[in-house]
Amino acid sequence: MTTATAARPGLATRVTPVEAFRQTLTLTWRNLVQIKHNPMELVDLSIQPIMFVLLFAYVFGPAMAGSVSAYMPILIPGIIVQNALFASMTTGTGLNADVGKGVFDRFRSLPIARSAPLAGRILADTVKQVWSMAILLGVGLLIGFRIETSWLNLVPAFLLLLAFALLFSWASVFIGLAVDAPEKVQIFGFTVIFPITFLSNAFIPVSDRYPGWIRAIMENNPVSKLGDALRGLLVGHPVGNPAGDQPVGGPALTALLWGVAIAAVFVPLSLRLFRRNT
Amino acid sequence: MPHAIRADGLEKRFGETVALADVSLSAEAGTVLGVLGPNGAGKTTTTRILATLTAPTAGHAEVGGFDVTTHAHQVRRLIGLTGQYAGVDEMLTGAENLLLIGRLLGMSRKDAKARAAELLERFRLSDAAERAAKTFSGGMRRRLDLAASLVGRPQILFLDEPTTGLDPRSRGDLWEIVRGLTDDGVTVLLTTQYLEEADQLADDIVVIDRGRVIASGTPDALKSQVGGQVLEVTPVRADDREAAAKIVGELAEAAPEIRDALVSVPVADTGVMPAVVRRLDDAGIAVAELSLRRSSLDEVFFALTGHHTDDAAGDPAAREEVPA
Ligand SMILES: Nc1ncnc2c1ncn2[C@@H]1O[C@H](COP(=O)(O)OP(=O)(O)O)[C@@H](O)[C@H]1O
Ligand SMILES: [Mg+2]
Repeated sequence: MTTATAARPGLATRVTPVEAFRQTLTLTWRNLVQIKHNPMELVDLSIQPIMFVLLFAYVFGPAMAGSVSAYMPILIPGIIVQNALFASMTTGTGLNADVGKGVFDRFRSLPIARSAPLAGRILADTVKQVWSMAILLGVGLLIGFRIETSWLNLVPAFLLLLAFALLFSWASVFIGLAVDAPEKVQIFGFTVIFPITFLSNAFIPVSDRYPGWIRAIMENNPVSKLGDALRGLLVGHPVGNPAGDQPVGGPALTALLWGVAIAAVFVPLSLRLFRRNT
Repeated sequence: MPHAIRADGLEKRFGETVALADVSLSAEAGTVLGVLGPNGAGKTTTTRILATLTAPTAGHAEVGGFDVTTHAHQVRRLIGLTGQYAGVDEMLTGAENLLLIGRLLGMSRKDAKARAAELLERFRLSDAAERAAKTFSGGMRRRLDLAASLVGRPQILFLDEPTTGLDPRSRGDLWEIVRGLTDDGVTVLLTTQYLEEADQLADDIVVIDRGRVIASGTPDALKSQVGGQVLEVTPVRADDREAAAKIVGELAEAAPEIRDALVSVPVADTGVMPAVVRRLDDAGIAVAELSLRRSSLDEVFFALTGHHTDDAAGDPAAREEVPA
């Protein structure tokens, strides 16, 4: 129908990158303004993490590290990582709800960039991630966590976590497209993310009290690698050894490689599901 | 542009399932095309192909002169879609939902707000503009959904079962809105399970069943083919059923059907009623009940295909009986 295209110059044949960016921001706004009408989500994003920090700190801290403040270098980086993984599930639940309700069909019938609905959701979820990381860090600082290196190290720390969360969220996108109800995405969260985060050094240092195979999982788990990188960046030394040196680059790289591997599996799977459903 | 919507031999498979076997249809600019069919007939699949949401396995379709698969973006610039499942964001207010679409379509914040206010007013949603859509009633949600599909002033509008699940009053409201749209020159493709709805709104009707077009034409042509109404007679004595069937069959010039105590026949012309009463009386057949009612979709299907719809619950709108 090239004749028709020529006859109506107003009908652009594609979206420009600037338009695509604007559309992504508009859809980011849409995903964030929802919070205004659904205060429960704000509770999810703030009160729940605060509660977890306090419970872990005051219940486990004295037993595991002798005191709450001694437990802080273990707990705060660990719980920030755990929270980032859980928070990435919202990408899947939100996507699932949109597809189920017909909101996604509406977006896809509009002359907008194909990537904008997903990009908008991921960007909004990133904002929510930063919000809960800040809350967790803030609570940690209030109850005795100390940044012993430099405050500037928060920037690479957050960027590393966001990068990993972004890669990991493709697992969430896949589950969101694969299951038929948002609750099922959450079930995945609980049955997979809980074990992953607990089989790590997020809440307790890896020691030879554990059988070899559990230790192997704990040491190689991307959650442990992220925890190590965060401790290296913010605390600067290994837990319980102020004179030691906590490397950052190695664990950070390993964690990112894990993220790339996860995305390499779930991006093609997600795209396949997406095409199959349409 | 002769046809705003045109589809030739559309076929769509989902694995083993054949959703569409062979669907061809067309709608002239500024008209309403009704796509009538029971659950699972392929209405949603047809709509989704025409609205560029899914590609056909075989066949070809053009909307506004553009091929829906190769020129999807241009098609999207011309169309509005109100899908079977509400495409409104329940967490946003009525106004925010419309503002969102306006902004996505490239309007300035000011223009998008003005357009949202205008549509909310037109669809009697102004009072609910600042309330989250999850608090809306079914009818309000449908109106908001329809408003959202109109933000960009589409030339061609797809409405997939816009009144399913609505109470009669909300259904009437929606009918008025659809009539108003064609006054503005918009082409509408509307799917429905209700014969009456297609009759009320459509200039042309395409009846589909199991992924195939089984009839098409104007509502009048279709009704004369299948009978617009159904005459039902319940003789007092079961023995009289055959005789009663013969009489009504002759007068209605259609094949009668006997189900339990009930004899029914489609009638194109309701003027036969007095003659029916007289002839039954002459034949000495005592009648327990005699009624005339609008044909249900199921009966249209029976007349066209010889089989009942899989979803024989049929058409609640046609259940109101007209006393004879
Ligand atoms: N995504 C899908 N995957 C598998 N089967 C589908 C899918 N969408 C529709 N179908 C099947 O295709 C047929 C037509 O469905 P649909 O177009 O939704 O009918 P209608 O809208 O008329 O009720 C049905 O048998 C339905 O089960
Ligand atoms: Mg349908």
